Amino acid sequence: MDITLQAFMAQLTIGLIGGCFYALLSMGLAIIFGLLNIINFTHGAQFMMAAFLAWIGLTQIGPWLGYPDFQINFWVALVLAPLCVALFGMVIERTLLRRLYHLDHLYGLLLTFGVALVMEGAFRYAFGVSGQGYEPPEILQGPVDVGFMLLPKYRVFVVAASLLICFFTWYLFERTKLGAYLRAGTENPRLLQAFGINVPVMITLTYGFGVALAGIAGVLAAPIMQVTPLMGGNLLNIVFAVVVIGGLGSILGAMMTGLALGLIEGLTKVVYPEASTVVVFVIMALALLVRPAGLFGREA
Amino acid sequence: MPEMELPEAAPALEIRGLEAWYGESHVLHKIDLTVREGECVTLLGRNGAGRSTTLKAILGLTDRRAGSVRVRGQETIRLSTHRIARLGLGYCPEERGIYRSLTTQENLTLLPRLGPDGMSVAEVLALFPNLAERADSGGGRLSGGEQQMLALGRILTTGARILLLDEITEGLAPVIVEALGRAVALLKSRGFTIVLVEQNFHFARHLADRHYVIENGRVAAEIPANEVAAREAEVGRLLGV
Repeated sequence: MDITLQAFMAQLTIGLIGGCFYALLSMGLAIIFGLLNIINFTHGAQFMMAAFLAWIGLTQIGPWLGYPDFQINFWVALVLAPLCVALFGMVIERTLLRRLYHLDHLYGLLLTFGVALVMEGAFRYAFGVSGQGYEPPEILQGPVDVGFMLLPKYRVFVVAASLLICFFTWYLFERTKLGAYLRAGTENPRLLQAFGINVPVMITLTYGFGVALAGIAGVLAAPIMQVTPLMGGNLLNIVFAVVVIGGLGSILGAMMTGLALGLIEGLTKVVYPEASTVVVFVIMALALLVRPAGLFGREA
Repeated sequence: MPEMELPEAAPALEIRGLEAWYGESHVLHKIDLTVREGECVTLLGRNGAGRSTTLKAILGLTDRRAGSVRVRGQETIRLSTHRIARLGLGYCPEERGIYRSLTTQENLTLLPRLGPDGMSVAEVLALFPNLAERADSGGGRLSGGEQQMLALGRILTTGARILLLDEITEGLAPVIVEALGRAVALLKSRGFTIVLVEQNFHFARHLADRHYVIENGRVAAEIPANEVAAREAEVGRLLGV
C-alpha cells in the first residue's frame, strides 16, 4: 500500500470534520435521551431545518419581503436558526412528547420518527429535493495552510467551533450547578420535583438545548453539505450508531465517540475505502457484544 | 398557683379526608391528621399500611389524590409537587434518594432554598462529621448510614421547616440509629416540625409528641406521647410487636 503522509493526514482531517458533526449531533441526542428518555428521531430533521433556515435567511427572505438585497448573514443565522429550531422543538415537547413520558421508549421513537417524516415531507414539498448551495461568509473563504495540507478556512472554523461548543456543553453538564440539576433529573426527576425544582420546565429547556445543538450543527453544515430535505436523515443513521457506541445518555461518551468515529472513518478511507461506510456499524456491533451499555455508559 | 396552659401552636400541616391512588389501586382512605408547628409526630404501622404513601400524598407524589392538605393554612391539593415543596417542606424518602452520579458535596449543595434559615454546609457537616471525609465521593459509593445522613443533611440546607422523614433508621447499624436519633432530637429542639414514618417504635417513642397508627390506609389510632405507657398493649397489638 502506497500512502503519502500528506494523503493520510488529509483523510484524517476530513474525518475529524465529519467527527465534529457526529459529536454535536450525538451530544444533543444523549442529552435528550438522558433527561426525557426519548430517542429523538426528529434530530436529523431539526438539523436539516436549521440548515434550511440559514439558507432561506441568506438567499430567499429578501425577495420574499420585497427587499432583494436584504440577507440574514451566516453569523446571525448561526444564533437565530438554532434558536428558532429549539423553539419549534420546545413546542413539540410541550404538545406531543410530554404525553409519552410514562410509556415505553418505542412510543417516543415512533412519534419523533413520524414528526421527522412530516418535516422532511414539508420541506421537500416547499423546496424540492435538489441540493441548495450556501456560500460561507467572506472572511472564512479561501484556503489556510495547516502545515501538511491546504485546508479551506471554513472547515478549520467548523472544527474549532464544534470543539468549543462540545467543551462548553460538557462543562455545563459536568461542572456547574445547572448541570448537577440536569444529572439529578436524569436519575430521579420525580424526587427532584419534591425538592422544589420545576422539572417539567427543566425538561422543556433541556429538549430545546439538545435541539439547538442539532441546529448549530445544521447551520455549520450548510456551506459544507448540500442543503436538502434529506441531509439530516442520512447523517442520523451514523449518529445513532455513535450514541449506541458511546453509551445512551452519556454526554462525554457521545462527544468522544463522535470525534473518534469521524477519525476512524477517515482512516478507513485511506486503508480500505470500500469499508468506510460500514466501519461505524461494525464497531457498533462489536461494542454491543462486548459492552452493551456503551463505552462510556453505566452498566445497569 | 394553678399551672397556666400554653396556647396550642398553629397547625403546620392539616390533612382532612386524604385519599390516594397508585394507578387503579386505592391506597389511602380518608386520612385525617394534624401536625402543629414545632411538633414531632410519627406515623406507625405495619408494612404496606400506607404510612410512606401518606408522606408521598402530602407532596403530590402519588398518581392521584383527593381531600384536603393544608400547609400553614394554604390548600395544596391542586398544586404541583414543586410548588408544595416550596412552601417549606423537606422530604427524606425511604430509599434515601441520593443521586449516585453526584458527589457528596454536590448532593449537599444541590437543593434550592425553600426558606430563609437553612443550615450552612459547615453546620450540616458538624452534625454529621462522617460526611466531611466523603465530600468528593460519588453518592453511590457511600454506605447506607452515610447516605441516610446525607439525605437528612441536604434537606436541612434548604431552610425547609417541615420535615417529612420516611423510615430513616431502616437497615442501619445501632450506632448510626443513635446518631440519627440525636440529630432528630436536636432538630426538634430547634423548632422544626417533623413527621416521622417509623417501624422502629423504640426509636420513635422517645422523639415524638404524638403517634398516629396507620392501618389499611386509615388512621387506626392517635396516641399522645404521655399515653403510650398506659396503652402499651394496644400499641403492641396494632403494630404486631
